[in-house]
Amino acid sequence: MSALLFLIPIAVALGGLGLAAFFWTTRSGQYDDPEGTAARILLDDDLDDRQAS
Amino acid sequence: MTLANTELTTVGAVEKGCPSGLEPASASDVGVCVDPSPFVIAKDGVNRLDLAVHGVKCAGCISKIEKAMTVIDGMDSARQNLSTGRLSLEWRAAAVRPLDIVQRLAALGYRAAPFDPANAAADADAEGRSLLRALAVAGFATANVMLLSVSVWAGADEMGSATRDLMHWLSAVIAVPAALYAGRPFFASAWGSLRAGRANMDVPISLAVILALSVSLYEFFESGAHAYFDAAVMLLFFLLIGRYLDHRLRQRARAAARQLLAMQATTANRLNTDGTLQAVAARDVKVGDLILLSPGDTAPTDAVVETGESLVNAGLVTGESAPVSLKEGDVLHAGVLNVSAPLKVRATRCADDSLVAELTRLVEAGEQSKDRYVRLADRAAALYVPVVHSLAAATFLGWFFLADAGMRVAIMNAVAVLIITCPCALGLAAPAVQVVATGRLFRKGILVKSGDALERLAEADAMIFDKTGTLTYGAPRLVAADALDPAVLAAAASLARVSRHPLSRAIVAAAGAGTAAIDAHEEPGFGVKGTINGVPARLGKAAWLGVSEEDVSAGEVDAAGAVTWFVLGDAAPVRLAFDDAPRRDARDVLGRIKERGLTVEVLSGDRPLAARRLSEALGVDQWIGGATPQDKMRHIQERAVSGAKVAMVGDGLNDAPSLAGAHVSLSPGTAADASQAAADFVYQGEGLAPIIEAIDVSLAARRRVLENFGFAALYNACAIPLAVFGFVTPLIAALAMSGSSMVVTLNALRLAGGGSSKSDSSEPIAASVPVSAPAGS
Repeated sequence: MSALLFLIPIAVALGGLGLAAFFWTTRSGQYDDPEGTAARILLDDDLDDRQAS
Repeated sequence: MTLANTELTTVGAVEKGCPSGLEPASASDVGVCVDPSPFVIAKDGVNRLDLAVHGVKCAGCISKIEKAMTVIDGMDSARQNLSTGRLSLEWRAAAVRPLDIVQRLAALGYRAAPFDPANAAADADAEGRSLLRALAVAGFATANVMLLSVSVWAGADEMGSATRDLMHWLSAVIAVPAALYAGRPFFASAWGSLRAGRANMDVPISLAVILALSVSLYEFFESGAHAYFDAAVMLLFFLLIGRYLDHRLRQRARAAARQLLAMQATTANRLNTDGTLQAVAARDVKVGDLILLSPGDTAPTDAVVETGESLVNAGLVTGESAPVSLKEGDVLHAGVLNVSAPLKVRATRCADDSLVAELTRLVEAGEQSKDRYVRLADRAAALYVPVVHSLAAATFLGWFFLADAGMRVAIMNAVAVLIITCPCALGLAAPAVQVVATGRLFRKGILVKSGDALERLAEADAMIFDKTGTLTYGAPRLVAADALDPAVLAAAASLARVSRHPLSRAIVAAAGAGTAAIDAHEEPGFGVKGTINGVPARLGKAAWLGVSEEDVSAGEVDAAGAVTWFVLGDAAPVRLAFDDAPRRDARDVLGRIKERGLTVEVLSGDRPLAARRLSEALGVDQWIGGATPQDKMRHIQERAVSGAKVAMVGDGLNDAPSLAGAHVSLSPGTAADASQAAADFVYQGEGLAPIIEAIDVSLAARRRVLENFGFAALYNACAIPLAVFGFVTPLIAALAMSGSSMVVTLNALRLAGGGSSKSDSSEPIAASVPVSAPAGS
């Protein structure tokens, strides 16, 4: 039973960590352009740069 | 200009517009760009400019635009937002010219207009972020508290009361702050509505959450067995999902509306007294300012022509597409497009007093009437709230007085009633359906501005159409082009290519690609003359060409539209007739609309004769011609007073007030920006078939919403007796709540299933909406 005493705090802390990470993503504007973010993965700008040089 | 032009030729090799073909390239002309200089914000040496870019649809667009911007010398950063169409630019160097930026975009095939800095701040969507945070907190709390609650329920018989108290204590520590944080949107709205003397859906939600928390805290201090911490946070979690979906929908509509508004924010080229040309925002034009209107420019305000002679198109204002010739001393209204030659005009009013501003105010007035629409969900809430509250009160009184069970049991059971009836299903029912329905329409090239627009379209019982540009193509077409000698047509087209006159454009469209006659030039108000293969030729008005009276009257019999003449050397003059043809599928679509039980009417600003001809050709019995924008608005209001729910379809600026004032409105993607901003639905494509699609999806969406409400009522009918008689435990409440929410969401998703079989992702969105598609399926 005493396992609960440290397991529950660990579980809650892990959940809190996830929550904090989510807050950070909203604050840094990662949901401002959901469609653009999905589309940008298709761009290969980096490739162009290497070919150009 | 020269700088831009030399570089533009290199850019010109790139395909114009969206490379995926999702959106046709706008007919942008490098010469007619609005100078965004007045909208640049300079702060700490950094210049910022936000542009609304039209037609950005795919990854290729982002890459094209951002590359074209970053190659500009001195440009520090360029970021294209695909969801809102906003291009944010930052630079320090003084060498960057804002006009150059817009011209580059135009060369790429994108129309761009500056966002007004005054409205830019409103775009940050603070509300969306705070809803998202509340949703995350509620989700976190739900998951953790549910974990603790499940262990309490599972160990009900074996768990010692000390351990159970520990679980409840932990639940309270997580749930109470989380619920207070995540519940704020509901508490605020409930408080606001109570102060206004009404009760909306948020009142029972807030009451249920607060009572559930208080009762559970009391139970915890008394070492009781039942706590509703999980129910309180789960309730908020489900409701916030619905709330967030609804907000996303509105936000997308608002972004579209803002973009259209930005397109209207024009600038003007002011000629200063010292002879310099300065770009100013249209709203800064003062009475007495001298303004240069180049071909392609729109008059920023009402003005008088000072010098110059030109053809102008007043179609935006009056709906009449035939161009008007203006000379010194003539008056022109704001919104009139200069077509052929540069004009110097003197402003007679400031932009706020102009005719366009007057129309804008009419639009705003119409929109306010639309705000008074009560959504289905709110109407359901108006029935629901009093019933649920009296039931909870009756439960409390019954247990307290009749059963004599004591305060604690009575309160617990009353709270159980509130929790189990809490409108999770109702809160999710409408938003989930609307998100799915708008998504389905979006794939078909139809933009829906708000969720309740779907509800309003489903209610419509009368549909009123504008004529020019809505039922017709909106531009003159050469009649019987096949019957003409191709050589004559080609010769006429070689003259027509130098002119911006709509009739010339129609000739060029009929003739196809070719070159212009070398010395061809336009005489404003008369026509074009030039030399073709050494033979002098003229294209234009009968009188100017010296066409005899008999020839003119002989051809007049079947002339419904405009006529022009072409003479090559000594040959007999050739008559070219034009007509604004109805859209291919117009008759078919109007018939299908009538099949759906709507009455159809034509309401046109064009001559009554033209309105009658078209109505007869399309099989419409009711028509009105020669209506001013105010007439149109009044007609729609009269129909509304007589009880009709009118759907308006129109495209001109003269339709904008009626679009805003109608119960629901649709507008083609080619419409004036103000009309698109005022309409609830904007559809793409050459045909009218999207209107049928929009009606059918709206009807299906309403059916789903009502089904969901019916399900919620059924569920309550089963659950309420259990709660009233005290059989509901926190476990049952949790199961019932999540179960009903899932059923409602799955029912909403069925709507997407109906359309997805036809619309695989490779189907182009715009311009290719199949006219003959079986819209009924």
